[in-house]
Amino acid sequence: MKTTSSRFAGLIALIALSPLSVYAATQLQGAGATFPAPLYQRWIAEFSKANPGIQINYQGVGSGAGIKQFTDGLVTFGASDAAMTDAQIEKVKQGVVLIPATAGSIVLAYNLPGVETLKLSREAYVGIFLGKITKWSDPAIAKTNEGVKIPDLNITVCTRSDSSGTNFVFTGHLSAVSSDFKSQVGQGTSVTWPAGVAGQGNDGVTALIKQTQGAIGYVEYGYAKNNKLPFAQLQNKAGEFVAASPESGAATLNTTQFPANILRAWPSDPDGKDAYPIATFTWLLLYKTYSDKDKLAALKKFVTYGLTDGQKLSNDLGYIPMPAEVVQKCEAALNSVQ
Amino acid sequence: MTDGTESQTPSFRRKGFRFDVFRLFTWVASAATVATLVCIAASILVQAWPAIAHFGLGFFTTVAWKTSDPENYGVLPYLVGTAISSLIALLLALPLGVLIAIFLSENFLAPPLRNTVRFVVELLAAIPSVIYGLWGIAVVIPIVQRIGGPIAGALGFLPLFQGPASGNSMLTASLVLALMVLPTITAISRTALVAVPGQLREGSYAIGATRWETIFGVLLPTAAPGIVAATILAFGRAMGETMAVAMLIGNSPRLTWSLLSPAGTLASLIANKFGEAEDLQVSALLYAAFALMLFTLLVNVVGELVLRRAQKSISGLR
Repeated sequence: MKTTSSRFAGLIALIALSPLSVYAATQLQGAGATFPAPLYQRWIAEFSKANPGIQINYQGVGSGAGIKQFTDGLVTFGASDAAMTDAQIEKVKQGVVLIPATAGSIVLAYNLPGVETLKLSREAYVGIFLGKITKWSDPAIAKTNEGVKIPDLNITVCTRSDSSGTNFVFTGHLSAVSSDFKSQVGQGTSVTWPAGVAGQGNDGVTALIKQTQGAIGYVEYGYAKNNKLPFAQLQNKAGEFVAASPESGAATLNTTQFPANILRAWPSDPDGKDAYPIATFTWLLLYKTYSDKDKLAALKKFVTYGLTDGQKLSNDLGYIPMPAEVVQKCEAALNSVQ
Repeated sequence: MTDGTESQTPSFRRKGFRFDVFRLFTWVASAATVATLVCIAASILVQAWPAIAHFGLGFFTTVAWKTSDPENYGVLPYLVGTAISSLIALLLALPLGVLIAIFLSENFLAPPLRNTVRFVVELLAAIPSVIYGLWGIAVVIPIVQRIGGPIAGALGFLPLFQGPASGNSMLTASLVLALMVLPTITAISRTALVAVPGQLREGSYAIGATRWETIFGVLLPTAAPGIVAATILAFGRAMGETMAVAMLIGNSPRLTWSLLSPAGTLASLIANKFGEAEDLQVSALLYAAFALMLFTLLVNVVGELVLRRAQKSISGLR
């Protein structure tokens, strides 16, 4: 009895003293989008090695929850795939600085035995996601795939069941391309899909595609790449068929024009021969002013790292490194944070 | 025991003095349970209020789950999905479960073997629902994918079997749900059957009934309240089951009557959407949660009424 209680007391003392044994580190809390989470975690890991005095914690809780926690002042920085709307920004007392931190493409991954390359025209992929094209033998698909033997299967459309930034970007593109889609479905983080089955998150959609022959669904480029899912070449605005890659994604980002006062824009239907049609930025949400100057300095250091050295990690993880021009604008925006 | 309670013991024994510590504890415990339920219901209602005020009862007749252009939420497809998937699960599990219960309550097997089978069936209840979901993905979905096409081809003229057939479908979810509620039905029905007084069986034999006549004419009617209770519990579980259903049903936002199409349930809707929901959507999800709670309550009340009537009609037998 005595030994247990003394051990117990020792344990309590240890717990009580432990914060003192580590010297006071500057702690940054972040929360938000799941899509860039793997990249941010990698940044944090690399950054912490070089800066042991700064502890950063990022939770991929989703863009919506990230915006909420950021607005409520529960975190040092937020992250969102859908940036923030003007109405959302107004609610934040300290003001908001939006900083595009990385970018990614959304691909149409499919499960068709024996088909290694598939070209989908705009007519074809809009028709599929509107539920109008239901068979892989449809002439709209055959037309652009001469010489490819496509099995005669029913098309199973795979969509996201949760609210997500990926939904927002993908439905935004389809709405920009097709007025039918815009009027029947529209753009949103969650929409009423006219066809198909739905899975939760990129993982859920990936699993659905893998387990269903004849499936097609939209996932982040990185997920398709990591899971070795084949994905279709899509027809862009210029009429060319382009596969998702860091280069074609960068071509898309290069065409993006930001408004003068805020770094917020979606290239929902990019121009350019080499541009992949569906790519998007994802944003870090910073306050305009921070009262804690240690945190401010640490945060600026971290974001600067992400914008410069951090971009070099993008390719490996399936993200698109941001064009130098955009990085310059981001650094200028970061400087305005006080 | 302290001196205080010892001195109280004799006074407790006095007629008319109703206080004792044990009774107090049971009172507090039951009051806390009821209070917790009330608190949960109240907090859900408060948070659901913006959606209730915004959509009213139209929420239950709308087919939409859109976050923009303009924001609009309705749960009709999920309501239908919840009802159909639970009913089918029950339709499959009830006969099977009662038959297993009869088998395990009669002396068909030697007692050790009988207990082993009973244990195995009841063990089904201990499997986490995510495991059922994984098993459904690995085993049931491929089967449904294989048989779904031919079924839709042959019976597609019926709305219930309209194609195109999909692996993630109402049928898949219902099949797995049936398996999940089976142990509930079996265990409670078996207890009810075992509790039937021996004299009834002997009496039945004495007037010349065969074993099967005894089982279906005497034992089952006598055990009916227990079997009804089992059914209600199973229905409640099927309605509220979330994880396995969300993994298997295909989470479609469209209204469908076809068992071969993807569908959705209230519970799977909440599980899917809650993580990234904001503002009015959160409120709409809590509205859906409140509705689900009400429906479960309704099922229990109806079940309780059925139970009482059944008990009254057989009370002479006991």
